[in-house]
This record gives sequence, structure tokens and C-alpha cells, in this order.
Amino acid sequence: MNQAFLLMFEFFKTGLFAIGGGPATIPFLMEMAERYPWFTMSELSDMIAISESTPGPIGINMATFAGFRTLGLAGGILATLALVFPSIVIIIIIAKFLEGFHENRTVQAVFRGIRPAVTGLIAAAVLSMIRVSLFVEENGKLRPQVKSLILCAVIFVLLQWKKTKKLHPAVWFLFAAAVGIVFQF
Amino acid sequence: MNELWNLYAAFFRIGILTFGGGLTMLPLLKYELVEKRHWVTEETLLDCYAIGQCTPGIIAVNTATFVGYKRKGIPGGIVATLGMASPSIVIITVVALFLQALIEYPAVQYALMGIRGGVCALMLNTVYTLGKKSLINPACVAICAAAFVLTFFTPVPTVLVIVCAAVAGVILDRVTGGADK
Repeated sequence: MNQAFLLMFEFFKTGLFAIGGGPATIPFLMEMAERYPWFTMSELSDMIAISESTPGPIGINMATFAGFRTLGLAGGILATLALVFPSIVIIIIIAKFLEGFHENRTVQAVFRGIRPAVTGLIAAAVLSMIRVSLFVEENGKLRPQVKSLILCAVIFVLLQWKKTKKLHPAVWFLFAAAVGIVFQF
Repeated sequence: MNELWNLYAAFFRIGILTFGGGLTMLPLLKYELVEKRHWVTEETLLDCYAIGQCTPGIIAVNTATFVGYKRKGIPGGIVATLGMASPSIVIITVVALFLQALIEYPAVQYALMGIRGGVCALMLNTVYTLGKKSLINPACVAICAAAFVLTFFTPVPTVLVIVCAAVAGVILDRVTGGADK
């Protein structure tokens, strides 16, 4: 019960402060991975792959998956409801009372400050994820996992290339999975 | 009641047809809500998108709540959002169950190791694209760098970073008189 309450609290917080949609939830999920035994950083990486390859908004998929990992089906439903609750309240208030909300000068100033910060937050999250996914820690030292590093670099380069950059994320994950199996990562 | 059911069904459909969320779903929303059902005008949809991007939460959910509310008040907002979230709950639960059953096999573990490399590449790309869009002046670069250093090197909570960035945005606006738009 306590666990369910904590899960809802964390996703409520995420829904209230994750500004900029799906990817903005990742720094919060990473904080959960560090603080609670619900899921590890590697499992968070799996969650991102699954959320991006299945239908539905990424943020919702992440909440359902994280909730399911923590407390089963009930956890998935609770986490998702907790995530969307702040949105529902805030949007209804804005729709009802605040005509021209997004044109307000202070609102725009607030979001001009938050947007670059979210980029910094996600960059920090990605770096932590790279440390866990592409390196192994041995006696306090980081040892690169060469195969994963090369695969990551190749996909990143292909993502900049005109002909392949529009491919669906699921295509990349299938490719990465096949490479992982063939070369026994 | 019938109208609420229609809202639920429409957003359930949108939820199931959306891959990725956020900006990628705008064409789909336009087709389903403006062209097919005439529930909102294109201007309202774009307005609501702009609001969705500068309010907390998942953009898809914000849009669903907004359109639902415009149609049928508070129950409409809630029902539309639940419709949007329902497919995710079903699909993700099934995937999670499968993954739990398959994780023992070595091939699955190799595949996951490969996928983790792929996730890093896609996430790096997200940061790169976001950076190009959001780091438009020195002040933005400074805020971004500060947020990065604070979260990566210190245990400062993410929420605090967001709140400080909001304050920084307002201060910058007052100092420059909104000139850096």
C-alpha cells in the first residue's frame, strides 16, 4: 500500500514538472531508478526502447511500464493515472479561465527559461545512461564495451544521414537487437 | 453519455495510432479531430498544441484534455484522456509480461544489450536536435549548462532545477525587456 502511494506520488510529481512531453519524463524516471528499487538504469533503457516502438504517447508508455515493473497491472494503471492527473487539472483550469494563456509574457518567459534547462537535464540523463549501457564498472574503473560503443556510434551517424534519419525508432531497435544477437554482445 | 463514449472512442483510436507522441501526432490529430469529426477548428487545435507545450505533462494528454473539455466540459476532458491512455496500458502490460517470460534466454539478453546501445544513439540524437532548437542565445546555453552540471555532478532534485530555470527565464525577460524573443 505504502509502495503504491509512493509510486503515485513520484508519477504525480513527474506529471507536474515534466515540461516538454515524453523525453522530459526521462530525468525523473532516472531519479526514481537511483532512489527506489523499482527498476534499474538498464531496465529504464529497455523501457525507453519499448515505449518508442509501441503505439501510444511515450510518456504514458513509460509510466505504464515502470508501474507494471513495480507493482504489476495495478501499478501500471496507478502510475499512468497519477501522471495524467496534474495535466487534466491544469489544462481544464487554463481552458476555463485563462484565455490567451500561452501568449502571456510571463508564461512565455518562464518557458524560455525551462526549455534550455530541459535540454540540459536530458543531456545529463543520456550521459548517465551511456555510462551504464556502454561501459562496465570494474574495481572502480570504467571499461568500455567496445561492441556497444561501435553500434551506438554507427546508429548515431546514420541518424544524421538524410536517407536514414526518418526511419522509425522501432527499425533501429530491431537492427540493434539483430546486431546484438549475431555478435553476442 | 453517447457523446462521452464518442470522445473516448476517438481518443482511444488516436492513442493506438500514435507512435512516439508529441509533435509526431499533429497530422493525425488534424485528420481525426478537424477533418473527419469537425470537433475543433484547425486554429483551436494549434492553440491547444501551443498550450500543451508550455504546460507540464505529456503533450498528447494535454491535447486530449483540452479537446475533451471543449466538447463536453470536465467529464469530457477526463474521458478523452482516459481514451488516449487506455491502449498504452493494455499494450505495454502485454509487452512487459512477454519480456518477463523471455528474459532468461541468452539470445534475448544479447538482443537487449544491442538495443541498449541503440537507445543511447537515439537519445543522443534527441539531445542534439533539442539543443539545436532550444540553445538559441548565450543565456540559453548558460541555463542548459547549469542544469546539466547540477544534475550530473550534484544530487540536486530535478524539480528544483526546473523551478530555478523558470525563475531565471522571468529574470532574463525583465532584464532584457523581452528583447531576446
